Amino acid sequence: MPRIPTAAAGPPASLADVTASDGALRRFLHGLPGVDPVGLEARAAALGTRSIKTTAKAYALDLAVSMIDLTTLEGSDTPGKVRSLCAKARTPDPTDRTTPEVAAVCVYPDLAAVAAEALAGSGVKVASVATAFPSGRAALEVKLADTRAALAAGADEIDMVIDRGAFLAGRYLEVYEQIRAVRQAAAGARLKVIFETGELSTYDNIRRASWLGMLAGADFIKTSTGKVGVNATPANTLVLLEAVRDYRAATGVQVGVKPAGGIRTAKDAVKFLVLVNETAGDDWLDNRWFRFGASSLLNDLLMQRQKLRTGRYSGPDYVTVD
Amino acid sequence: MTAEHKLFAYAPAPESRSVVDIAPSYGLFVDGEFTEAADGKVFKSVAPATEEVLSEVARAGEADVERAVAAARRAFTSWSALPGAERGKYLFRIARIIQERSRELAVLETLDNGKPIRETRDADLPLVAAHFFYYAGWADKLGYAGFGPDPKPLGVAGQVIPWNFPLLMLAWKIAPALACGNTVVLKPAETTPLSALFFADICRQAGLPRGVVNILPGYGDAGAALVAHPDVDKVAFTGSTAVGKEIARSVAGTDKRLTLELGGKGANIVFDDAPVDQAVEGIVGGIFFNQGQVCCAGSRLLVQESVADEVLDALKRRLATLRLGDPLDKNTDIGAINSAEQLARITELADAGDAEGAQRWTAPCELPDSGYWFAPTLFTGVTQAHRVAREEIFGPVLSVLTFRTPAEAVAKANNTPYGLSAGVWTEKGSRILAMADRLRAGVVWANTFNKFDPTSPFGGYKESGFGREGGRHGLEAYLR
Repeated sequence: MPRIPTAAAGPPASLADVTASDGALRRFLHGLPGVDPVGLEARAAALGTRSIKTTAKAYALDLAVSMIDLTTLEGSDTPGKVRSLCAKARTPDPTDRTTPEVAAVCVYPDLAAVAAEALAGSGVKVASVATAFPSGRAALEVKLADTRAALAAGADEIDMVIDRGAFLAGRYLEVYEQIRAVRQAAAGARLKVIFETGELSTYDNIRRASWLGMLAGADFIKTSTGKVGVNATPANTLVLLEAVRDYRAATGVQVGVKPAGGIRTAKDAVKFLVLVNETAGDDWLDNRWFRFGASSLLNDLLMQRQKLRTGRYSGPDYVTVD
Repeated sequence: MTAEHKLFAYAPAPESRSVVDIAPSYGLFVDGEFTEAADGKVFKSVAPATEEVLSEVARAGEADVERAVAAARRAFTSWSALPGAERGKYLFRIARIIQERSRELAVLETLDNGKPIRETRDADLPLVAAHFFYYAGWADKLGYAGFGPDPKPLGVAGQVIPWNFPLLMLAWKIAPALACGNTVVLKPAETTPLSALFFADICRQAGLPRGVVNILPGYGDAGAALVAHPDVDKVAFTGSTAVGKEIARSVAGTDKRLTLELGGKGANIVFDDAPVDQAVEGIVGGIFFNQGQVCCAGSRLLVQESVADEVLDALKRRLATLRLGDPLDKNTDIGAINSAEQLARITELADAGDAEGAQRWTAPCELPDSGYWFAPTLFTGVTQAHRVAREEIFGPVLSVLTFRTPAEAVAKANNTPYGLSAGVWTEKGSRILAMADRLRAGVVWANTFNKFDPTSPFGGYKESGFGREGGRHGLEAYLR
């Protein structure tokens, strides 16, 4: 694989001055081109009408499986639940060994060790949420301790949440510095920065948060936690995709995108892949650069995969429930 | 990057042709019956994407115009005497049948016109049905439309429509005419007669009284005979400015009422504070919708010089993703040019752009071997003096000019004999209002382009014509 510059180092020299002060950062973020919501949603909807059939569908279904961060983030999670999810991640469809494994299993930090053990020897990564997920309402020291605990338990990837309160209050530099601190605590791990787009509410805010996250060294920018009313939508994911495309054009640094929450059907997943294909392009069509945060999506993808292979739709009893 | 090298290459997804049954031959539709032309002449309608002959259609001549106008005159007495609510029922019924048959009509229109199925399915057909629904609602409320307490229909309307939106232009003409109590003789364009003949069938299906709608496929001679006919009370024409001028001369000195919807050279104005990604979509939709064969196309991009490079880079990147090819494929963005003549006209004007020193850029896409095709093209370094900036190309060719200040943008946008459409892209609301005030164009879109709705009046300034179609204003052309 060619060596691709990573975002971990923070803003490239050409943009170093934009994070020099709160004022400079605010001027930069507010100077980004606005997003017209009507036009944005129309574009996302138009791409949703693409008709993906036969070979293209087979490619898209396999790709989508390989991009899943198979997720369980419930208060009721137990070691048993996480182990069974890890088995599913390694072998999504026991009746068809050609099915790719998923990208990662995503859990709370206290269960990261269980996942790490269950996934040992596979290509599936351990992703752990951290930084007082999902609300992010804790002191920075607590967030950093949360992150370190996840890493110590064997997490390869950290899914952090930003401080939406600080963002909405206009304290952009504070948000930036918190991401930088987590970035440093998680050196060596891939860092996904969750904006909770449903709480940021406007597309202008989502674009600003995207650039803020990338400047601070995110490896992935991620829409949402899955814990609020509005999670990943085609339109808010399109804003993220435009941002990573523009950021690479400006800096040479490639950043990944992860929509999470609310993507439940193969049909929806394929629509997101069309967005990736026609916005960011080929270079993002790989689980290194695009992920789905999802749980029930996997089984629908498997059922569609079986349908494509056999010509028959066998129903939910022919995929495993984990 | 060509399609075969793409990681995620979309497999063909053609809409089925079997939903439409095209007969090998069609007659004229006069007085509720399909009939041959008096002189027996016929012409062929060709699929522009493949050059396949779709059907052989009777070609109307002067004697047929005579017959059709006489039938419309006979029908006028009872049709105009019907209570508005009764006329409305027929129009509602037609609208519903159009919705029920929309898939069939979309495939037919795509075959005969060459435009992508995505557009006929998602734009043309929904708008056609919406126009009939909208004017059906007016039929019993004409006394409240602002044209007096008891406005009267004019009589027989002679209507001549173009090939770019065959069924939609028919709807724009026939729906208000019928709602107001007129009867019509309509001539579709010679390259796209089929959807109008299917509409004739829909009129029969709806039980519309005979003679209320008459359809005369044919060439310019039939159109000329129709507009010159002494028993026609109202002429409505959509098409080129040159033909519009001839029609204006032909009806001068008569008491015929006239509305003309002619050419355009719309300016799409992008300010430095525009929402760039959406502006790029608007530019693409403005000039490449229907292969640019749209009278209100945003064929002149006026971009503020300070962001010109950024906008053009984004635009070219976006144009490289457009999918040109089989119009029946559901993933096709750019279809075929309607005819060999139109392709020749586009090619000639684009060549003039080269010759006059503008820089041509063409989207990287392969053109099919048969049919009429023109790749999405833009010209940079264009000045107001170039033909590609002054003349309507009516094809997928965008001329890019720059400006420095809002005043210069207004001056350049208005510096054309046309005045049909304009677009303004800025995040500043006050600037939108100020620009809309000063742009001499019948429709000004703000942060969007090519948006249509039956409730909104549409029409031109200057050589783009006069009269309004759509909305309450559209009734005025059919009432006295």
